[in-house]
Amino acid sequence: MERIIKNGVVYCPLNGINGEKMDISIKDGKIVESVSDDAEVFDASGQIVMPGAVEVHAHIAGAKVNVGRMMRPEDSKKDAEGTVEATHRRAGSGFSVPSTHMTGYRYAQMGYTTAMEAAMPPLLARHTHEELQAIPILDHAAFPLFGNNWFVMDYLGEGDIDSCAAYISWLLRATKGYAIKIVNPCGTEAWGWGGNVHGIHDTAPHFKVTPAEMIKGMAEVNEKLRLPHSIHLHCNDLGHPGNYETTIESFEVPKGIKVNPATGSRDTVVHGTHVQYHSYAGTSWRDFESAADIVADYVNKNDHITIDIGQVTLDETTTMTADGPMEYDLHSLNGLKWANCDVEMETGSGVVPFIYSAKAPVPAVQWAIGMELSLLVKDPAKICLTTDSPNAGPFTRYPRIFAWLMSNQYREDMLENKLHKWAQKRSSIATIDREFSFYEIAQATRGTPAKVLGLSDFKGHLGAGADADVAVYNMNPDTIDPSSDYMAIEQGFQKASMVFKDGELTVKDGEVVNAGLKGKTFWADTQVEQNSYNAVLKEVERQFVKYYSIGFKNYPVEDEYIAKSAPIKGVML
Amino acid sequence: MSEIILTPKEQPQVPLEAPNIKPDVFAGKTIDEIKEVEINYGNDTVKLSDFFDVEGTPGETAGEIKIIIDGDVSNTKRIGQQMTAGEILVKGNVSMYVGLEMEGGKITVQGDATVWAGQNMRGGELEIMGDAGDYVGSSYRGDWRGMNGGLITIHGDVGYEIAEYMGGGKIVVKGNADHMPGVHMSNGVLIIEGNVTSRTGGEMSGGTIVVKGVIGQFLAGFKYWGVEKNIQVDGEDIPGVFYKFTGDNAIKGANGTVYVAVAGNKHVAPE
Repeated sequence: MERIIKNGVVYCPLNGINGEKMDISIKDGKIVESVSDDAEVFDASGQIVMPGAVEVHAHIAGAKVNVGRMMRPEDSKKDAEGTVEATHRRAGSGFSVPSTHMTGYRYAQMGYTTAMEAAMPPLLARHTHEELQAIPILDHAAFPLFGNNWFVMDYLGEGDIDSCAAYISWLLRATKGYAIKIVNPCGTEAWGWGGNVHGIHDTAPHFKVTPAEMIKGMAEVNEKLRLPHSIHLHCNDLGHPGNYETTIESFEVPKGIKVNPATGSRDTVVHGTHVQYHSYAGTSWRDFESAADIVADYVNKNDHITIDIGQVTLDETTTMTADGPMEYDLHSLNGLKWANCDVEMETGSGVVPFIYSAKAPVPAVQWAIGMELSLLVKDPAKICLTTDSPNAGPFTRYPRIFAWLMSNQYREDMLENKLHKWAQKRSSIATIDREFSFYEIAQATRGTPAKVLGLSDFKGHLGAGADADVAVYNMNPDTIDPSSDYMAIEQGFQKASMVFKDGELTVKDGEVVNAGLKGKTFWADTQVEQNSYNAVLKEVERQFVKYYSIGFKNYPVEDEYIAKSAPIKGVML
Repeated sequence: MSEIILTPKEQPQVPLEAPNIKPDVFAGKTIDEIKEVEINYGNDTVKLSDFFDVEGTPGETAGEIKIIIDGDVSNTKRIGQQMTAGEILVKGNVSMYVGLEMEGGKITVQGDATVWAGQNMRGGELEIMGDAGDYVGSSYRGDWRGMNGGLITIHGDVGYEIAEYMGGGKIVVKGNADHMPGVHMSNGVLIIEGNVTSRTGGEMSGGTIVVKGVIGQFLAGFKYWGVEKNIQVDGEDIPGVFYKFTGDNAIKGANGTVYVAVAGNKHVAPE
């Protein structure tokens, strides 16, 4: 099947295309150089054409997402829609934690075609994959949590990188996981004893390993296994005033490790996630202020790191993270309902609703910090725009964030009329007049995430050979002025005029018209030296018998769980 | 004053959902137009006239309209949802969610109501002459922000967890209440003239509850202050002799008040 999207204004940063009028040709689900005259024609004159967007970090499937849905019926009430039989669209509900089908529809409507589930407890991988399978349209992957895993903590405590690599290689395959996710290393384990770790040189109770050793060891394992993505790091001390020092120390730890992916074009060794939550100065909430300038300066001066933002959107949302102690702190702060989960020898999590009120001082500064990070990091090849959905706000607010970044006037209106004065007093946001271009938005939502995930051979760009994931927005860059027409920008990005997924027209005029598509599941396939692998597996099996609530053989996610398996190869023997 | 009379035809097996039965929707419409007003019958949308005969004199504004439902509508939900003005009189029973999120005006039900009557009420008056079910004047399921204005009067008995998360307004129950009236309540007034099964004011952080009948099992989280005569609550004099408690101290900084009639309640006062 051949298709051609004609006369659109194309932004494709990975190929250096900045607003050129050109045609995009599609054949058999891939972008090609040209098509025959028989191709079905789609007119995109006066419209923006970008690659399908790539979500680098969100919580869209699995145990804690589902806990969020269950404990918040009042959130479901805020956004609900019925079945649409003509397009096979299923009913759904949920504003900050939408149900599975609606998650797929809402992303697709905005032109997103790939999304990462950023925290998968290995023991609950089956559930996570079941939900990912139920999210239509989106290609996806899930990052297993390693930062408080007992095996990893033991191996790295002993400095045994090879065994750790063998274990991680096995676990990624067993859980059909994609990348090494580290959340509050050692801290969630300490929470099992009612505590936390502070800074990166504190040890977890009953283990002989520090967060710094965990970060360094796993970064080495990551490159040894030649994984597509770098380590994906949620630093210690999230959300604590004064935590920026821990953040920068953590980023410094893996510096110097040689980047070595087997595929893709990644050139960084660590991805710092939702860095807004990690860029706080001060000593308490009273003298809390932004340290975004210091963190942005670090990112500007170092080339081994990418970050995503975790932009606060000023909504009522549902926070959820594997950082169990942090969620308890949040619950103590706002007094709202709290759920805590412990996942045996692997990890834990917490869930708490949260209202980021623009009129309250702390959320106003958090908003400003996210904006500062996006605007002060000079090169959008180093940042991905996220809300850590739904933690700082639901992913459906991305268009609003794009509009804030593209319009100084919009930000000024926020600062003057909507936000608590602390936003101006406790950050430098009021002094920044930079505005993102369409090209830079495309970088931070397409090019950069695809590249850092190691998927840029076929995602995040529109060159020949790429997957034919294309978003078309009904905004004419020749006539629209994002500085002043910011509401039009927000609306334009909210509902794409056309979205193609694997070459199929999936969204038309902002509505999902092809809801039956299933996405691919990316996972990391690696092989390590056999003797070391067998020895590690023998030990793992012994520990399973001793400690786990399920049998070793029942642990791996079988191939039947994955409808469209897409292994990405790392090191192979 | 305009009166619009809805006479129920055959009672449906599948529930009707009729948030459009309220003066706000009928205002400015002719009788023929009112017949066309949409209601939900299961997952189908139907016309009001499919299930009701409509007659009477139309009115221009909600405030001048009185809707009379002349018969039993015990399988019709959401009557008067979000109404802001005017009046509704139901000469029979109603189903769930009568007066849901109501902001003004008055609803009178001559029969019984089932659960969630006056959920999230903001203002106005809801009077039920018979019994009501669970969750009278409560919050939406899961929400911690409930009723914050208006007056609900139930002449009969009520079920579980009425005034749950109540943050304002007033509820008066002339009959008995089942478990946990005023659970999580933070403000407002709840007066129960009959008996309570158990756990009055569990985890309440503010507001006032008065129980004139016999209170069943009471909670340990309340502090006893002694006996008070002829109390005044929200500007209203309530004659009688009451034990006074504050709590529920299971909640940090809680400052709710519970008055319990001395008569028949010796078991809840400390020695």
